Amino acid sequence: MGLLSDPNRRRALINLLTRLNAPICGMPVDWLVKTMQAQGLEVFTQSFSRTLPFPDENKERYIVKGTNVYGILRAPRAPRTEALVLSAPCSPGDNNNQAVGLLLGLAHYFRSQVFWAKDIIFLVNEHDLIGMQAWLESYHHTNTTGMDWSPLQGRGGSIQAALSLELSSDVITSLDIILEGLNGQLPNLDLANLFYAFCQKIGVLCTIQGRLQRNDWDSVSGYSHAVQTMMLMVMKQASGRPWGDHGLFLRYHIEAATIKGINSFRQYKTDITTVGRLLEGMFRKLNNLLERLHQSYFFYLMPSLSHFVSIGYYMPAFGLLAVILLLRALDLWVQLVSPPAVAQSSPGVLSVLTPLVISHLTGAALYILPTRFQEIAVEHFPVSETEAVVLTAIAVYTAGLALPHNTHRLLSGEGTEQGWRVLKLVAVLYLAVLLGCTALINFSLGFILALTLVPVAAFVTPHVPKTLSAVVLVILSPAFTLLFSVFFFQELEEMPVSFQDGWLLYLSVISQGILDHYLYGSLVYPLIALMVYPCWLLFWNILFWK
Amino acid sequence: MAAPRCSRCACLLLVFIYSLYVVVISEEPTPGNEQHASVVENPQTAAETEKQPTEERRWEATQVDETVPDDAAANKQDLPVPDSVLTSTPPLKDEFQEELVIRPLHSGDIYASFQFRTVWETDFTRGSKVSHYRLFPKSLGQVISKFSVRELHISFTQGYWRTMQWGQPYLPSPPGAELWVWFQDTVTDVDATWKELTNVLSGIFCASLNFIDSTNTVEPSASFKPLGIANGTDHRFLRYATLPREIVCTENLTPWKKLLPCGSKAGLAVLLKSEKLFHSSFHSQAVHIRPVCQDEPCKATSLELRQTLNVVFDLHASGQGKREWSLFKMFSRTLTEACPLASSSKIYIDVTDNPEEDQFELSPATHLLSQAVVLGDRRTFSVYDLTQQVTFGTVRSLNVLIRWKSTEGDMLRPLLHAERYVAGYGLQTGEIHTLMYNNHPFRSFPVLLLDSVPWYLRLYVHTLTVTSKGKDNKPSYIHYQPSKDRMRPHLLEMLVQLPPHSVTEVTVQFERALLKWTEYTPDPNHGFYVGSSVVSALVPSTVAMNTNITKEQPLFSTFFPTKEESSYFIRVYTEPLLVNLPTPDFSMPYNVICLTCTVVAVGYGSLYNLLTRSFQVEEPNPGLAKRIANVIRRMRGVPPL
Repeated sequence: MGLLSDPNRRRALINLLTRLNAPICGMPVDWLVKTMQAQGLEVFTQSFSRTLPFPDENKERYIVKGTNVYGILRAPRAPRTEALVLSAPCSPGDNNNQAVGLLLGLAHYFRSQVFWAKDIIFLVNEHDLIGMQAWLESYHHTNTTGMDWSPLQGRGGSIQAALSLELSSDVITSLDIILEGLNGQLPNLDLANLFYAFCQKIGVLCTIQGRLQRNDWDSVSGYSHAVQTMMLMVMKQASGRPWGDHGLFLRYHIEAATIKGINSFRQYKTDITTVGRLLEGMFRKLNNLLERLHQSYFFYLMPSLSHFVSIGYYMPAFGLLAVILLLRALDLWVQLVSPPAVAQSSPGVLSVLTPLVISHLTGAALYILPTRFQEIAVEHFPVSETEAVVLTAIAVYTAGLALPHNTHRLLSGEGTEQGWRVLKLVAVLYLAVLLGCTALINFSLGFILALTLVPVAAFVTPHVPKTLSAVVLVILSPAFTLLFSVFFFQELEEMPVSFQDGWLLYLSVISQGILDHYLYGSLVYPLIALMVYPCWLLFWNILFWK
Repeated sequence: MAAPRCSRCACLLLVFIYSLYVVVISEEPTPGNEQHASVVENPQTAAETEKQPTEERRWEATQVDETVPDDAAANKQDLPVPDSVLTSTPPLKDEFQEELVIRPLHSGDIYASFQFRTVWETDFTRGSKVSHYRLFPKSLGQVISKFSVRELHISFTQGYWRTMQWGQPYLPSPPGAELWVWFQDTVTDVDATWKELTNVLSGIFCASLNFIDSTNTVEPSASFKPLGIANGTDHRFLRYATLPREIVCTENLTPWKKLLPCGSKAGLAVLLKSEKLFHSSFHSQAVHIRPVCQDEPCKATSLELRQTLNVVFDLHASGQGKREWSLFKMFSRTLTEACPLASSSKIYIDVTDNPEEDQFELSPATHLLSQAVVLGDRRTFSVYDLTQQVTFGTVRSLNVLIRWKSTEGDMLRPLLHAERYVAGYGLQTGEIHTLMYNNHPFRSFPVLLLDSVPWYLRLYVHTLTVTSKGKDNKPSYIHYQPSKDRMRPHLLEMLVQLPPHSVTEVTVQFERALLKWTEYTPDPNHGFYVGSSVVSALVPSTVAMNTNITKEQPLFSTFFPTKEESSYFIRVYTEPLLVNLPTPDFSMPYNVICLTCTVVAVGYGSLYNLLTRSFQVEEPNPGLAKRIANVIRRMRGVPPL
């Protein structure tokens, strides 16, 4: 590991870092271009702009314009076919200066080495995920979210792996690895293993979900610690949002992770040169890869950095939940096929089709209206755009609950016993397919939805006590699931919130979810609005069957 | 018995005599040559040495008014003409020249280009069997005559030529291995000959050229025209193939060096040490064989063999970071002599950007200057003539040193450059984008684009679009040969006019085929390579092209034929592509096969055994006495016990 052994390089790196302690961010594009050029990289810039569908109040941005700067270290022996990416987000304020400094220091050191077999792209992206999205879309010449970007001038072939770096101070106590990406995608487990192995080797404390690993697996507290860590991962994965800049790489089948430096009140500190050595080690390992990382798991949950739960273990849990739905469907089928004691007219197609269509139309309204009607809402009510969007969403959601009664008034004749059974059969099978597909793509989301929706699907009939069931049904509806998840997540993060704050948080989570969909193409919001919510409405409909 | 022994003796004797003869022949030029030359050919030598200074004088005279305050130039003319000059030999049937061009690059890197040329006045097509080789390597000569090769171009390259930083190379080549051959029109089965030829070349150059088969061979209709003299250009006799994945290393360099008359023992080839050559940003070695005119009227043809080696050394990787280059720093050797067999042996340093020595400083200073039009630009070169003892000075070794004075390095804007990438995500479809930049401020020029795409990327040709400056740019000529699965690749050639100061983008969508499970490489998750596309163009020249090619011009400027005076020919290669195909998880079939085999072998085998076996009660073996008794009883005709 040359970075530490060579005192000159170490001094150069430290000089660079001290200079960076003065705030530079707000993207000093020219300075970055000049510095990277002086280090012998091929430097390019890319400008992008994006108008958000509604203002993002968390990050205080609406019309975003920015520039990405990236320098390519050309591998001496490779013909630009493969590349690795090291990125550091650089936003206004100086909270990631150290990462940019370390990135430049590494670029300088890597440039003088001859063993690189893959091009290395050093990317400083502005406006974190939006900049990253612009760069990635431009690199692969796709446009999924309607962003404006200028085309890239230099490329390095197919990207094999990427690391994103977040450091807020020049000494750290531990390094945290973030794996959860867009739509709950995860990088190959070998990337996490690589990080863990190098942390062990260099002697840096490493965490996942910001939690240290404990050695007492067999004790109750140790076990619950691990379970909590895993639950955090489940919650983050279920949210479907990218939890770091790496999250967007996963769509392009690029293994990526974010490495975040954490400076807490521990005594033992690690300086930035050690982090540099760690990154150097990881890059040299990735550089030696003959194939893409594919040998290990892509579907896993991690109770700690050195342990994982593979798909083979967690899928049966979901399978058992899904079996309930299938058994219930079988039961209904048998009931429908066996001749009824009292002669009844068989239910018309209309009585099944109408609720299906109406609930899906409600779902479509939930998907479309919030962003469309924000301007009207802002005009008529004293709210900001973001509040307007969230409140419209909640209003449409609540209005959907009133629909079943109206549906039946439109229908001629009364609903029959056979009628609700057919409807429930359809709804149960629909839910089973929906949850099955969701769990395959994003296990955590599928599992959480199954936990709440399967009991509903199992017990609901028109003959259970109406009021009590209605309360249970509402409590187990997707919106309340989200609310509980917010509180549960805060609980797990050891930052419990009061109900008031929780409610505000809940509103902001909804707006973030909608933004994630429009900015990065996250699928959770459309999934809930267009599929899960209508499916839940069907059960609501059955409860109020007449 | 006597006769065979006798004949064997005769054979031995013959071999001995022949070897003596060979020794005599081979020794003849070295010691005898000098005297021979100095005595008999003195007039010619004198004439030539006379001619050279006059030319130098003329050139410097033009130069004096501009820049050079030449006291030294005057001194140089007074130099005594060396007595022993090896250059001029009587009109031999073959001739060998060597040269090295060094171009300091803007980025601080340095580009060294070796060229070794052997011209042999022979013609394999005449049918006469050639068996005596002097300077021309026999291994190649035999290949050419056996396979009726008219032209052969082969290159091995490691790394990618960075046009934006380094400008145009003297000899372009794509990453990996490239081979293109024009066969004589007497060849009847071109494909079979090609197959055999690639296998033979694979052995000669220790490369995986034997992996060239019908799935990566194409017949370009327009992009690769013969470079030597040729009667017909029927592209049925042309074969072109690239292996983008080929890795170049010392095992390719050694056989390449062995083709040189002096090997790596003397002359410029001394510098070719693999530990330095492969410690570089770019390395390319090539062999070009073509027929050329013997003389002005061009009544007879000679065979020309050019061996070229291009290498770019990286400033940053060299360690100290000082902008300073010398022969020793580059090659860890210095020069002490020219190759004794070479008729000319020179080093050229490109000093065009350094007219007043403000960019870099060159030592030892030389006063020989030469000018040549290279790649449409008139370049000035400092020349070191290795056949002159003066060049080596008192230390008897030459170590050319270039020391920079300024430290600026900008991106260049070469007139034409091209790049390529794969767009899209997912493993079903994708899009190949080829970008061609014309940076000429006011001239548009046509380029020929050649794309050879393996069959497992199924091109959707109806999605082919060519756009420049946001408008559709209809190619004036398109030659498309569809692929056949597992048989031949796609071939797409088109002639596109590039508007001035523009980017032309060629896009075509493709679908990734699902291979059979035995067709995957051992490392399927690495991806599959698609070779570079080739952009050939006649680019408007910055100076009018000098048409009368005389012998004094450096070799590197005279390779590609130029048809128009105002333009020059260049060829640009894009980067190869690495494309991932849908790949099954190979561990799963493996497990399944293992498990099934075990289950079948143990479970089914034993069950089948149990079901089909018929059980019998076996009697214990009778004793010896009983058996004897039985034998006797059988002889007696009574039933056994």
